Amino acid sequence: MTAEFGSFALVLAFALSLAQVGLSAGGRWRGSAALSGAGEGAAAGAFICTAVAFGCLMFAFVTSDFSVANVAQNSHSAKPLFYKITGVWGSHEGSMLLWCLALTGYGAVMALVAGGLPARLKSSAVAVQGGLGVLFLGYTVFASNPLMRLANPPVEGHSLNPLLQDPFLAIHPPFLYSGYVGMSVVFSLALAALIEGRVDAAWARWVRPWALAAWSLLTIGIMLGSFWSYYVLGWGGWWSWDPVENASFMPWLAATALLHSATVTEKRGALAGWTVFLGLVAFTFSMLGAFLVRSGVLTSVHAFAIDPARGILLLGILGFAAGAGFVVFAWRAPSLAPGGLFAPISREGALVLNNLFLAAATAAVLFGTLFPLIRQALSGDAVSVGPPYFDRTFAPLMAAVLLILPIAPLMPWKRADLKGAVQRLWVAAGLAVATAVLTFALARPGQAVTALGVALAVWLIAGTLTELVERARGGGAKVGDVWRRLSQLPRGAWGMSLAHIGLGLFILGAAMETSGRIEAAKVLGLGDSMSVAGYQLALGKVGSVDGANYTAERATLAVTRNGAPVCKALPERRFYPASQQTTSRVTICVRGLSDLYMVLGEPRTGAGGQPAWLIRAYWNPWVRLIWLGPLLMAFGGGVSLSDRRLRFGLPRRAAATAAVPEPAE
Amino acid sequence: MSFLPKSRKARRRLAAVAIAAPILAASAALAFYALGDSVSFFYSPSQARAASVPAGRTIELGGLVAAGSLRKTPDGGIAFVVADHRDQDRVAYQGELPDLFREGQGVVAKGSFRPDGVFQASEILAKHDERYMPRELVKALKASGEWRGQAQTAVNGQ
Repeated sequence: MTAEFGSFALVLAFALSLAQVGLSAGGRWRGSAALSGAGEGAAAGAFICTAVAFGCLMFAFVTSDFSVANVAQNSHSAKPLFYKITGVWGSHEGSMLLWCLALTGYGAVMALVAGGLPARLKSSAVAVQGGLGVLFLGYTVFASNPLMRLANPPVEGHSLNPLLQDPFLAIHPPFLYSGYVGMSVVFSLALAALIEGRVDAAWARWVRPWALAAWSLLTIGIMLGSFWSYYVLGWGGWWSWDPVENASFMPWLAATALLHSATVTEKRGALAGWTVFLGLVAFTFSMLGAFLVRSGVLTSVHAFAIDPARGILLLGILGFAAGAGFVVFAWRAPSLAPGGLFAPISREGALVLNNLFLAAATAAVLFGTLFPLIRQALSGDAVSVGPPYFDRTFAPLMAAVLLILPIAPLMPWKRADLKGAVQRLWVAAGLAVATAVLTFALARPGQAVTALGVALAVWLIAGTLTELVERARGGGAKVGDVWRRLSQLPRGAWGMSLAHIGLGLFILGAAMETSGRIEAAKVLGLGDSMSVAGYQLALGKVGSVDGANYTAERATLAVTRNGAPVCKALPERRFYPASQQTTSRVTICVRGLSDLYMVLGEPRTGAGGQPAWLIRAYWNPWVRLIWLGPLLMAFGGGVSLSDRRLRFGLPRRAAATAAVPEPAE
Repeated sequence: MSFLPKSRKARRRLAAVAIAAPILAASAALAFYALGDSVSFFYSPSQARAASVPAGRTIELGGLVAAGSLRKTPDGGIAFVVADHRDQDRVAYQGELPDLFREGQGVVAKGSFRPDGVFQASEILAKHDERYMPRELVKALKASGEWRGQAQTAVNGQ
């Protein structure tokens, strides 16, 4: 019964979304608070119904109800409970339901919690959000219902792809989707502002918390996905510019640009049209991501649960929603009040430059990702675009962003003194040059790119710290005062600094890992040993172990350095009988920020007919920073979100004064 | 400088365009320059023969792993045959095969032909989804009459 009940709830959610559009739009045009209130109620109802449907699907998974088609295809009774639950979003249908849950959830929060929005703007935004709900819930109900029953239920399920049975990947989709879909609120607010014909500082203030929350969640989502591919796929890579990776990265880039341009709109009332445009672009990229990942239109190593036929439908939804958004933009944007003028040498000038480079970088990634489609359409050739393209376009553009990044926060709004800002950064610049020279001299055969990457990272971190200290000193305060002042800085300032330092750490890790990585592979018999980066690995024994739903071959490797024991590594090769698949279980010895990464390969016949195994080992220096950096960035986003100036409801008071540009901080 | 616009606003706008245009033009140039040698073409064995791909050029070779063709040497060397309906190529590879690699199933190898005609792979495309097939491969298999449907291919490999 639960599946039918869930289907019913899903249809009801679809109907309530339709009602949400009608009631809120009616409330907006008739100026009726009652109608608008009813629209908000419908938004809450749509969320509750979607949550009920989601709960029903989860119940079917937990109880292994194989009469539900989706459960039969993606679950197995022997699967651990945790993976039964996460299997809910392991399939196409389930993941789209998760998407709808996030979409209606954001809609409900916007309708009920976000106070301080002008009534008309809010009704419009709730109506647009409802429209998005109609599109995606409609898709789920009519084309991808995860609660469909099977006429002849199987006794046992097909099981979930073993590669997906991993704690990090299990929580990766919820973060990623809450990030993706969080952009829908920005999209709705942008479209609503266009309809109302008013984009001002107050509007930017309402948009920022949503963009910030979505950006932080997306950062964590991408980071988890990267970490998963690093330690599950068994080749130690953390980013390969695969279409699916790019699909999640493009909304992130757009959201990053949006956060910065929204600041300019908030503080100076300028760039209004551009900020709205980025708001539309960010969610368009989110939808493009869902389309690229789920349609299989691009060849990806990460493609899961693809379905080309339904991909066309998703493309239709994307085209309709984005098309409507951009048509309204083209129609209404010229009528927006022109933004304030500003001097090129100012903080807003620097932020405009940042946005230009970020936009160019995003466009480069988009072009490289879609190029195979363009080429296919034009000449019929099947091609793929490799990582070198992205390295050569994205990296220089981002280097430009990083170069101006520490300077911008040191420049005041309105009109700045570039020379003064740069002068205050001489310590950071000196440190950066010194580390660059040092890295160039010490790193393996004089790698200029590594030195450049390290220098940029140091420049970024030291520059950000300089800015914090400058703020705290404010013209020669005592040491005790510095501490007090630092603790009194607005949370927004702390959030920004933390995020920038996080980015610096990430770049440091990426530069060190990319150039300093050492790889070794050797076929080892029992008792043989190999060495990598000064560590000795001795193969002790290879035994078999049984897991909940797999059997595994497990090697015992004793890792030593100069004779001293370091760790005992137990890499496994797991065989999942339900899906007839083999996966590798990597073992990582964490050495500070670096990893010693070990993989057990297939059994082979060694010298003299003895059994032997191919062992691959990687030394990944400073690789932990690649995930700690983004984590710090997301944390910075959270800190910034907790700034009382951004809290829901507060903008009401601030709105009155925000029209007047605030003095520089 | 009489050709400069009179109004302050128009001057600012001109300045903005003057800064933005070179950045965008430079990034577009960068993109096309970088695209040049980052694009790799996909061929099945018979398509590669028809296009007479020169030795040394990096391409992606896709097809089915011929049953019984997989050979492994103790030093980690791997050799197998990739075939489509009409033609086949020998592939040499040094390293570990992806976990989902099986005889009789689809595979995509990245690398180049050696002068002796053997395809030296530098990378074997790992597919994470056992039900997944690269689109180019499906197309090439369909074109050469090798295609037997998604589900059946998966069963063949087991």
